[in-house]
Amino acid sequence: MDYTFILQLIINGLVVGSIYALVATGFVIIYKATSALNLAQGEFLMVGAYLCLNLLSKYQVPFWQAILITFLFSAILGVAIERLILRPLIGSHLISVIMVTLGLSSILKALIQLAYGTDTIPFPEVFPSAPVQIGPIPVSQGYLYAIGCVTILVVILTTFFKYSKTGVAMRATASSQQVALSMGISVKKMFAISWAIAAIVSSVGGILLGTIRGGIDMSLSFMGLKVLPVVILGGLDSILGAIIGGIIIGVLENLSGGFIDPLVGGGAKEVAPYIALILILMFKPYGLFGKKKIERV
Amino acid sequence: MRCGDFKTSYAADMTIFESGTARVMLGLFFCLLFTLPLYVPGYLLDIVNRIGIAIIGAIGLNILTGFTGQISLGNAAFMAIGAFSCGYMGTKFGLPFYICIPMAGIITAFFGMFVGIPSLRIKGLYLAMATLAAHFIVEFLVVKWESVTGGVAGLSIPAPKIGSFSFDSDAKLFFLIFVLAIMSVLFAKNLFRTKVGKAFVAIRDQAISAEVMGVNLLKYKLFSFGISSFYVGVAGALIAYQAKIISPETFPVTVAIDYLGMIIIGGLGSILGSIYGAIFITLLPELLRMATSALAGSFPELVNKLAATKELVFGLLVIIFLIFEPSGMAARWHSIKNYWKLYPFSH
Repeated sequence: MDYTFILQLIINGLVVGSIYALVATGFVIIYKATSALNLAQGEFLMVGAYLCLNLLSKYQVPFWQAILITFLFSAILGVAIERLILRPLIGSHLISVIMVTLGLSSILKALIQLAYGTDTIPFPEVFPSAPVQIGPIPVSQGYLYAIGCVTILVVILTTFFKYSKTGVAMRATASSQQVALSMGISVKKMFAISWAIAAIVSSVGGILLGTIRGGIDMSLSFMGLKVLPVVILGGLDSILGAIIGGIIIGVLENLSGGFIDPLVGGGAKEVAPYIALILILMFKPYGLFGKKKIERV
Repeated sequence: MRCGDFKTSYAADMTIFESGTARVMLGLFFCLLFTLPLYVPGYLLDIVNRIGIAIIGAIGLNILTGFTGQISLGNAAFMAIGAFSCGYMGTKFGLPFYICIPMAGIITAFFGMFVGIPSLRIKGLYLAMATLAAHFIVEFLVVKWESVTGGVAGLSIPAPKIGSFSFDSDAKLFFLIFVLAIMSVLFAKNLFRTKVGKAFVAIRDQAISAEVMGVNLLKYKLFSFGISSFYVGVAGALIAYQAKIISPETFPVTVAIDYLGMIIIGGLGSILGSIYGAIFITLLPELLRMATSALAGSFPELVNKLAATKELVFGLLVIIFLIFEPSGMAARWHSIKNYWKLYPFSH
């Protein structure tokens, strides 16, 4: 068995997996705080990527400023969606919340398609692309930067949730809305902040994916569905689970792409995460780190 | 003068038609419906046929999601199973359509029940994710299992035949589709007057209380998956006959979302709502096409953006309905009707 081939696959998996982890983190933050299932997470990622691309190539904005503007816009988008669409549906049936995010994803996808068409648009090179030699295998520098960015972001998020006043308030809201309310926390504000954070985190994922792939198109929105196996594996309400789950699913996907695809003629890479999802639901429905909910009458 | 609905017997409460007028109107409607092929041109008839198929599929999904409360995002996959099993039986074994269509329904029903088995343990959003995963797995199998499905190239299906009579035009298919659609509506309407249908509603409203009242949850959830998938499978088989060529791309995940949109816009837990929703969502792209071709003179780029515009309008409609009229068009129609029926002394 070719040893470097496996290593190459694992490294690719780690990179993609770390982006899955980011998007899944956004998903989990929203689910934890508002118990809404956001199936439009992939569209957040896509909108972030397209916006950043537009700023970089059309308006020639320097990279750091472009990123900051993208973050700001994503945050506004997240808050607006929470305020206009999700808040009227608080307390309504689960299918309404699922369907409203599906409707939202159609709208965002349609808007992007109307504005940019369906062709792949090249993404400007942000990170140097010359490969670096790690042990026996060459690794693109973009990959290393991507993993670095994700790590930094995860550290920032962890610190935020652990030490900052807002972060603690958000955790309080997640564990009990009523108690949080009685302690003087504005639950509405926490909801809005969690949507904003989720949108920002996803847009980072979009920008990273754009730089790694060298181009973006409508297929970015499928990331939102790829995230479902990740969050189920990690546990729907665990950020740590989302990160570990993301990496596992990314590696799994690439390994099955490398080993099973040649046997069946392609397609296994795409379907493997969903087979994993079914297996996890059968054997460990609350995932690796999810909180077990026990229903009592 | 009437000022409210005062029923004095259960029979009056259970009746499908509240008044003789409704029966007469329905009779007139059927007369109009079944003479439609005489004066409607081919292309419009094709749309009407698609509406008929969508009605069957939407009622199927509504039985599962609207009446039993089990969310399914795997609708398109069930439809694909119905279509391909019908196509396979028709082309490989040369079976006639009146065996293929029910068999397609039964095969899909068994598959649906298989997917439904975990529904006792996992519910709500976990079930939604499991059915979505089932969709992608089925899509993969449909592409890979070339000996049965024809792979990416697809399967071409001969026109359904009975004796020497062939349903080879839209006008002839119309009768096949609408006879089945009317049977579906009647069966569904009556289903919810029986014990089984009432058990479904009890599971939706409060699963634990239903169990305490003696409803076997697994049995009735599987029933619901089975009946719903049967409907969806029949709809899939009809799509196969209507489209003549089916491939894995005929049933993308957006089809499942479209069907969910139908029952939400029409009305969750309402048979009539499924019909309204099916009509509305099937007509939506056609109406938009008409609007864009009317505007094409002044905005020529609109024509290329039809698909995206449809997505946009669909998403907006779903969100607007969920926020402002969560019970759908059926409930809105009902309240308008009641307002005028009891006018001016309603309370």
